[in-house]
Amino acid sequence: MSDTTMETPQVTINKPPASVKVQRILKGVPMRLVLLAIILIWVVPILGLLVSSFRTPEAINNTGWWTVFGSLFTAEWTLSNYISVLYADFMGLAFLNSVLVTIPSTVIPITIAAFAAYAIAWMDFPGREAIFVIIVGLLVVPLQMALIPVLKIYTANQLNGTYLGIWLAHTGFGLPLATYLLFGYISGIPKEIIESAHADGATPWMSFTRLVLPLSKPAIASFAIFQFLWVWNDLLVALVFLGTKKENALVTTRLAEMVGSRGQDWHVLTSGAFLTMIMPLIIFFSLQRYFVRGMMAGSVKG
Amino acid sequence: MAQVPNKNNRLFEIFAATPTRIAVSLIVPVVTFLVLQWSFIFMRDSEASKFLIGIVALTIGVGGVWVLFAATNNLVSLLPTRMRDLLRPFVFVGPAVAILLFYIIFPALRTIYLSFMNRTSTEFVGLRNYEFVFTDPQMLIILRNTLLWVLIVPFVAVAMGLLIAVMTDRLKPGWEKIVKSLIFLPMAISFVGASVIWRFVYYYQPAGYEQIGLLNAIVTAFGGEPVAWLINRPWNNFFLLFIMIWLQTGFAMVIQSAAVKGVPSSLLEAARIDGAGEIRIFFNVTIPYIKGTILTVMTTILFMVLKIFDIVYVMTSGNYDTGIVASRMYKEAFIYRNFGRGSALAVFLFIVVIPFMIRNITQMRENRR
Repeated sequence: MSDTTMETPQVTINKPPASVKVQRILKGVPMRLVLLAIILIWVVPILGLLVSSFRTPEAINNTGWWTVFGSLFTAEWTLSNYISVLYADFMGLAFLNSVLVTIPSTVIPITIAAFAAYAIAWMDFPGREAIFVIIVGLLVVPLQMALIPVLKIYTANQLNGTYLGIWLAHTGFGLPLATYLLFGYISGIPKEIIESAHADGATPWMSFTRLVLPLSKPAIASFAIFQFLWVWNDLLVALVFLGTKKENALVTTRLAEMVGSRGQDWHVLTSGAFLTMIMPLIIFFSLQRYFVRGMMAGSVKG
Repeated sequence: MAQVPNKNNRLFEIFAATPTRIAVSLIVPVVTFLVLQWSFIFMRDSEASKFLIGIVALTIGVGGVWVLFAATNNLVSLLPTRMRDLLRPFVFVGPAVAILLFYIIFPALRTIYLSFMNRTSTEFVGLRNYEFVFTDPQMLIILRNTLLWVLIVPFVAVAMGLLIAVMTDRLKPGWEKIVKSLIFLPMAISFVGASVIWRFVYYYQPAGYEQIGLLNAIVTAFGGEPVAWLINRPWNNFFLLFIMIWLQTGFAMVIQSAAVKGVPSSLLEAARIDGAGEIRIFFNVTIPYIKGTILTVMTTILFMVLKIFDIVYVMTSGNYDTGIVASRMYKEAFIYRNFGRGSALAVFLFIVVIPFMIRNITQMRENRR
């Protein structure tokens, strides 16, 4: 390759662009190779999981998953791993539980936070500044600081292992961030809009539900995606407040439990892991713009 | 309602307002709690089918909170104008305050208190739990591992993110988008899911058996002996923390990519005219220009690393000297049921973030001025 760059100028002096072009391509090669290597490290492990989840248990244990690329059409593909993990390993039930936990755990904190953010931004009351300072301070408090006392109260009140218990726990842990983000957005709405609504006789309830909420859709969508994924992917809160009993388990606790009890059974681990990822991946590919925004906004969560 | 209030009336309102305001700010949370408590009894005690409970759960979970707000708002609307205006803000902000108190502020204070008590919280033990945190031989290893995670993950994730951001910046926009999506993809995956993915990559079979784990297959293909990546200490820690790097690089990349694109091209051109190579421009122009962003991303990732417990829990349960503070906190509190030590470990995590908490608050106050 280096021959080309050395020879071209000798052939004709009038054609320097050719050598410049070759040089530029050569300069780009190491960069592209590094980038390619990084992409492979990022993608190949996921690909291995996906491919393996469709192979028979014998095939998974006897040959590496990459060998299928030599026999894509003759290899034995199967859906039985998914069927067995959904029913025999209760992943289907866990999926339903995860939906029932995640949706309210997303809607409740957003609602409460939106009301609070509106009050802090546009209503006048004593303690308003103090509340906001406290919320900013609470943003970074590690979740671990709350687990033991809340668990004690839950155990005493039979809230442990209930939907309500975990909804409220996620509401509490997500609330500082939700209020902070929505306040940032809602307080940025032009003053004239709010004031003219009030001049037209709108009550605070009306101006909140008909004006502020619709205007805040982008902020709400970003936070909703973040909170939804956070709750869906959460392991710690689910382990502490719901436990690993099969009737209560979520997709994450179920999968973690399976790693402990069936750590060598790759046919159920790979298909189980992929089932837990389907929901986040659908959101990732369908709502990518909001997804990125939501993950950026939510990165400060405590 | 446009009555002109006479003097007596106004006096009465002023006197009545303060206690009522306090009363309502207390009552609103109590009502919130009572109604929710009533609805959950159905879900806990009912023998109905999972599907029916599910529908009730979604209706109550999603609709209940709105009903509560609407009901209290209507209640307040019945009051005389002046009281109504005084109380309404608390209808809006009250539930949030109540939940923050109940779920974060009181528990956090109680955790600090519990950290000075014994395992069952029945006896005061002074600083003994903290003595354990800083002197127990196992804990010393855990502190060392935590330090490894906290130093390596943010630094490497930020460096990789920046590298990818700068490199993709030179690609055609279509390619740039695809590459970035692929790097960002792991952000969607749970820590548990990522742990399963990498357990499979690190999977070890003794020599002579077929290696189905990718990493050992590569090692043996080059003639090496298979390695038990997750057991050989202390190197196993690096294989665990790499998973976190894998997950967080996408985050670092997206934020820094925006910053890199914000570097003025005139600055870059000037450096090029002065004859600086691309690598020098990167270190002497780009990095100083986006220093602020780099620091923010680093602290954000540091926070996440500090609190993450899932990866260690799933991969090794903290065995083979791989524990970190957050994973040990879970183990002490919820497996060994030692609430004293668990609380002390939580307080440890809290103390580390206090400087950032103070910085956030002062920064916020400056911005609002």
